[in-house]
Amino acid sequence: MTIETVESLPEVLPSSNARKQRRSLMVEAAIVLAVALVLLFVIPPILAGLGQGVRINQLGRFLALAIAALGIDLIWGFTGLLSLGHGIFFALGGYALAMYLQLQLPAGQIPEFFTLYGVEKLPWFWQPFYSFPFTLVAVFLIPMVVAAALGYLVFRNRIRGVYFSILTQAALIVFFNFFNGQQKLINGTNGLKTDTATLFGMQVGSSPVIQGAFYTLSVLFLVGGYALCRWLTSGRFGRMLVAIRDDEPRVRFSGYNPTGYKVFVFAISGALAGIAGALYTVQSGIITPKAMDVAFSIEMVIWVALGGRATLIGAIIGALIVNFARTLLSEQFPAFWLFFQGALFLVVVTVLPDGILGWLRREGMNQVRSLLGYPQEIDTYPSLEQDPDVQYERENLGD
Amino acid sequence: MSGKILEINNLTVSFDGFKAINQLNFSMDEGELRVVIGPNGAGKTTFMDVITGKTKPTEGQVFFKGKNLRSYAEHEIARMGIGRKFQTPRVYLKLTPRENLELSCARSKNVFSSLFGRTSTAEHRTVVGLLETIGLITKADIPAELLSHGEKQRLEIGMLVAQSPDLLLVDEPVAGLTDEETEKVGDLLLALAESHSIMVIEHDMEFVRQIARTVTVLHQGSVLCEGNMDEVQNDPRVIEVYLGKQEEETPEAA
Repeated sequence: MTIETVESLPEVLPSSNARKQRRSLMVEAAIVLAVALVLLFVIPPILAGLGQGVRINQLGRFLALAIAALGIDLIWGFTGLLSLGHGIFFALGGYALAMYLQLQLPAGQIPEFFTLYGVEKLPWFWQPFYSFPFTLVAVFLIPMVVAAALGYLVFRNRIRGVYFSILTQAALIVFFNFFNGQQKLINGTNGLKTDTATLFGMQVGSSPVIQGAFYTLSVLFLVGGYALCRWLTSGRFGRMLVAIRDDEPRVRFSGYNPTGYKVFVFAISGALAGIAGALYTVQSGIITPKAMDVAFSIEMVIWVALGGRATLIGAIIGALIVNFARTLLSEQFPAFWLFFQGALFLVVVTVLPDGILGWLRREGMNQVRSLLGYPQEIDTYPSLEQDPDVQYERENLGD
Repeated sequence: MSGKILEINNLTVSFDGFKAINQLNFSMDEGELRVVIGPNGAGKTTFMDVITGKTKPTEGQVFFKGKNLRSYAEHEIARMGIGRKFQTPRVYLKLTPRENLELSCARSKNVFSSLFGRTSTAEHRTVVGLLETIGLITKADIPAELLSHGEKQRLEIGMLVAQSPDLLLVDEPVAGLTDEETEKVGDLLLALAESHSIMVIEHDMEFVRQIARTVTVLHQGSVLCEGNMDEVQNDPRVIEVYLGKQEEETPEAA
């Protein structure tokens, strides 16, 4: 076959492509770094100066939620797995950190709520949470392991599409009911409070130092999460995810086993949700089983849909926009938010199927380019784009 | 069993009692180019499904290079060296032809080598060479969804070759192609046949005449007859179930 003659062929394209890619990667890294620095050093003083200190806390919480949105984008946008149960992983991360904070007590005491239910001895599974390093690992490892186990069972049996979504939601309800019912183990429906706990001798909820630290951590983890997802989705692994999304059975006949890929990416996504849950919990002061509300897990999907699937940046923007819109609107018109949320979803589905970022990339960039006098960007090749027949069909027959 | 790349004994596949494949016996030599024809519903595609592991046999065995395939999953069979091209071109539409080929070409296909492995120079070369062969070098970096039907067909054959399988199963490679493109694909398959064993399922009799050496006729899930093109064409049973009917009505259609 002709492959043998390849040696004599010139290396076409890759080298110049690689250089271009490296340069755009540098630009991207610089932009991310600049945004992170602005979030860390510029925005908080400005908000504090305006007397809007409470907004810093909100921003920190929403940045934490954006980490979960990245995870959703990874599995939904890139791999085509629509999970409606990410609240599980979010809550597991939140509970792990809250348990550690609850245990910051003088020796011999156990958290106050236990006495209400007549529990005198600390349940066994609380014991490891005395350790700070253990907690740090547990925050992402427990959700990751749960996600991997759930994912393995589901994906090995080739459960896909809608059935996968329904299963994740069913799992979410199981977890919700379990956490909601266990007063004697984890304070049931009341959840675990973190704002009155003390850390390094300071009260978590009211100390500006501690809250500032968690804000900083949210920014750093968001940047880290973004870098991780960018790396995962850029190379051969990322193209494999897209291939699985577009035609999973075909992937098998190319000699790949999609199960491993899907379990891995689902576990990573669970870990990101766990980290998000922990950071969100300490900045909002409490974690309750409501974090496993069905509506909340669906909302995570809406953030990504609004921002733009398979864009990563879109997931972050979507999470921030929806949450700030909710906060601002429900401050002004308390009864109005749900209608707005419904309208938002309708707009995304009908007008912006690719989300805000998808629209910007397609339409917005061309607008800017034509304003600046550059030719429009084309995604086929010039002869096809300039073909009058093609243009005619596109304008008059459109899809 | 030496020399036989594929050997099928008493294969039966039934779906809820309907026997799509019925007591089928079949064998293919190493390096052979075999064309399988048969009227609609003869079980041709099910036949390929069984070989590639998509459907498990109800009865009987499939041996590939002497190994029983029953206990292997699709991806394991693909790694053993059976490549399959589907009836409608199935390429990864959002990826470029180059990326499509790179995925198929990669030697180690587990999660961690995809994450940390780099595409070797040899693989790069193979991909560029294949792009040349299938005539897509100028369109290597646009999404495959923008390719024409014929280009997708060629890309999928390229992906198949990139897997470097020992046995290629090709399901209706020229469906929906122009005469010129059909001939190109025929030449491509003949070139491939020099170094691979190939089984082609086809309806287009012109095309079968171009490439066929040995033809197997399937009818109602069993082998009706086997032989070279002339023998098959003159077999009265074949004329009855298949060729005669087609030549009477629309000699050119396929």
